[in-house]
Amino acid sequence: MVTTEKPKYKVVGTRPIRPDGVEKVNGRAEYGADVSLPGLLPGAVLRSPHAHARILSIDTSKAEAMAGVRAVVTSADFPPREGDGPQARDNVLAHDKVLYVGHAVAAVAAVDLHTAEDAVELIEVQYEVLPHVMDVRDAMLDGAPILDATLRTGEPDGSKGDSATNVAQHIHYEKGDLAAGFAEADIVIEREYETTMAHQGYIEPQNGTALWGPDDQIRIWTSTQGLFAVRDTVAGMLGLPVKSVKVEPVEIGGGFGGKIPTYLPPVAALLSRKSGKPVKLTMSRKEVLEATGPTSGTYMRVKMGAKKDGTLTAMEAWLAFEAGGYPGSPVGAATMCVFAPYACANQVIDGYDVLVNKPQTAAYRAPGAPASEYAAECLIDEIAEALDRDPLELRLQNSVKEGDSRADGFTYGPVGHVECLQEAQESPHYQSELSGENRGRGVASGFWFNIGFETSMAAQIQSDGTVPLVMGAVDIGGSRASAAMQFAETLGIASEDIKPHIVDTDSVGFTFLTGGSRTAFANGWAAYECAMDMRRQMEERAATIWDCDRESVRYDDDGVIRGPAAAAGAPQEFTFKELAAELPNTGGGIVGRADVSKTTHGPAFATHIVDVEVDAETGKVEVLRYTAIQDVGTAIHPSYVEGQMQGGAAQGIGMALNEEYIWDDKGRMVNSSLLDYRMPTALDLPMLDTIIVEVPNPGHPYGVRGVGEVPIIPPAPALHAAIYNAIGERMRTLPMSPRRILERTLPDDE
Amino acid sequence: MSDKIIVSATINGDPTDILVSSRDSLLEALRERAGVLGVKEGCNDGNCGACSVLLDGRLVNSCLVMAAEVEGSDVTTVEGLAEADHLHPLQQAFLEDAALQCGICTPGFLVAAKALLDENPSPSEHEIRYWLAGNLCRCTGYDKIVRAVQHAAETLQTTS
Repeated sequence: MVTTEKPKYKVVGTRPIRPDGVEKVNGRAEYGADVSLPGLLPGAVLRSPHAHARILSIDTSKAEAMAGVRAVVTSADFPPREGDGPQARDNVLAHDKVLYVGHAVAAVAAVDLHTAEDAVELIEVQYEVLPHVMDVRDAMLDGAPILDATLRTGEPDGSKGDSATNVAQHIHYEKGDLAAGFAEADIVIEREYETTMAHQGYIEPQNGTALWGPDDQIRIWTSTQGLFAVRDTVAGMLGLPVKSVKVEPVEIGGGFGGKIPTYLPPVAALLSRKSGKPVKLTMSRKEVLEATGPTSGTYMRVKMGAKKDGTLTAMEAWLAFEAGGYPGSPVGAATMCVFAPYACANQVIDGYDVLVNKPQTAAYRAPGAPASEYAAECLIDEIAEALDRDPLELRLQNSVKEGDSRADGFTYGPVGHVECLQEAQESPHYQSELSGENRGRGVASGFWFNIGFETSMAAQIQSDGTVPLVMGAVDIGGSRASAAMQFAETLGIASEDIKPHIVDTDSVGFTFLTGGSRTAFANGWAAYECAMDMRRQMEERAATIWDCDRESVRYDDDGVIRGPAAAAGAPQEFTFKELAAELPNTGGGIVGRADVSKTTHGPAFATHIVDVEVDAETGKVEVLRYTAIQDVGTAIHPSYVEGQMQGGAAQGIGMALNEEYIWDDKGRMVNSSLLDYRMPTALDLPMLDTIIVEVPNPGHPYGVRGVGEVPIIPPAPALHAAIYNAIGERMRTLPMSPRRILERTLPDDE
Repeated sequence: MSDKIIVSATINGDPTDILVSSRDSLLEALRERAGVLGVKEGCNDGNCGACSVLLDGRLVNSCLVMAAEVEGSDVTTVEGLAEADHLHPLQQAFLEDAALQCGICTPGFLVAAKALLDENPSPSEHEIRYWLAGNLCRCTGYDKIVRAVQHAAETLQTTS
């Protein structure tokens, strides 16, 4: 296990070329939309034009009669419903109501895509349009339009409310004595914050291909963050046993949480059953923006008290998150994260999951945390200003350390927030001078849990000593590389000798989603256990070959298997490759295996520094310089660790400065293209400097914590502080777009 | 059924006849008719650059070109960058510099960057960022992509 003194690794910490790299630079990698099968039919989906409406009737006869159409399906093609109230499948094909513009209503498979798109237009749907509600505060008012008449609020004590509501869940955490904490404070500040719905913005649209055989065996190809989740969802929605569904691996073109839900595969499966052909559905960009799961818009109130010496004495948060048309916003994580970086004794946190007539929200990189920590970090910056303290110093003074607890009860092991803040203070960026008109610098921190869960791997040894390694976790940003490296490190061989593959759901043990910054951690554990299983078996085989006692053989970390001296006196040993060559004639091959479910994941902290210049005429914020500092535990492949930190920072900058859903009064998204939903381009960003901090996670064989989520959190509050220091305006609504900045800075009479 | 047209073009050096619909974009024709799947669709309206190809040496979004327009033209996609089993210096730099994560935008970036280096063999960081602003990447934050293009430019300068 890892000690605080950094061990010397041979593979971990190096930068080999990723095993899946060549196919991704020569165009050969097969993504979901690239799947090609004999007889494949493309399809198209009819979507709701209304934000809230009752479906009175659907007439598909004209579409069915059109030449070239092979199948038309609606929710009536699902198995009979069980129980009351909405079900997960209603978001895949609407049942009695549509709850947002873009909600899927019916689908067509045809001989070509143009025919399918034309046929969709021939489906006649009669709607009774209902009043809609888009704002989370409006949706919580008495008399608001109700999306689901059967919904009752789930209360913190487990009870249910007694009246119809849009509030699906109320979460409450507290510790200490909040009133006493505020009474103890020399200053108390309370602020309101808002964020708008924002999308993950993966470049590859959702896709799903299904082939339903006459034996009721279904094969699925889809870009997803969880092969097993798709299997279980498709089987559940179609009322089939798990054994009927096999999900095949394909490359995934980005997800960031948005490819955890399953949208298209069950619909493609219904179309395949009806047509007897494989069917592929692919979303347009407009469908991606309108009908997949973005992250919640929010309304938040945060209040903090502090003593003159800088001690935070009380923290209170009230967080309302848009769930979209069905329950499930990330407010739960938001409530746990909001004050997570700070050891304040007195806290009360309330969170609300609220239905509105927008697409059902999905996970987006550290789901919930970028909003709630934005609110808290902005207020920390105001407290520092009020007390005339350096914002990094104030954070250092109040930072959590090993042994501190959150309001939700979690107690930290060794964590690296203090180390991140110290690295930030000493960084060339923070030490540099920033001068010039309308320029400012800001800092902020972020926290994410990281997670563990089930992960499976298996490996075999080929006669040349190379090792195919099969796994069930989708590779979204380099996890085949990090798994192969940790596996090679454990065996004491080169990572180039490992051939990692992601395989279908029948060919490897159950593996949880790729998400939550779990994959490098959990894959690493599985790779370690799988390699250790292989080491034990190779010791046994060597003992058989040498005809010696099993206990006298040792597989050493340098990849050499050593046994007792032979009769002639020379020590007996095999390199990995030598023993691999002996296997076929000494009892056959060796298969290593591991199924792990670890809960020893280590939390992640990050601190970011940003310099900006605000254009007084246009309100545009230019990012001049950026530094991301993060405790990653151990960096397995530092280049991809840096890449996660840079990519997270870029998404956070986009969320902070530009990206938002804009709606008209009918509840229609008016900016549903990548021209108008404006994500950062190469020209919008500077180089993104990184400082990797390594406080090893004692709960992992190589000290891994997880990297991907936390870097999206600090950008918005750091930019808030930088913009304030540039122009003297505290922007408390995201995004801090040119329009919002000009609304503050231009004289009212213009 | 819409009208069918035979389009003759040179795709990655190979003379090719494709039977296309009059409604097909070049992106659809390449992917659905010619089986050139390295060209990716991210938006189908010219805003993401994932479908970037060289049309007679000029960088275009293939989703914005009608298939029927490319009669007699020379089309280069990511599949046409490597020579036999020898990767183009841009491809090699993207691998060595970890300039890709999910990889879906990579073919478009490689084609766009090739067009840049064909025109400007030693671009500045700003020139690279300006040229690549039509290609969206959501994974990397562009830092390593810009560095890889600089790296490839240096390699091409020293080997040419």
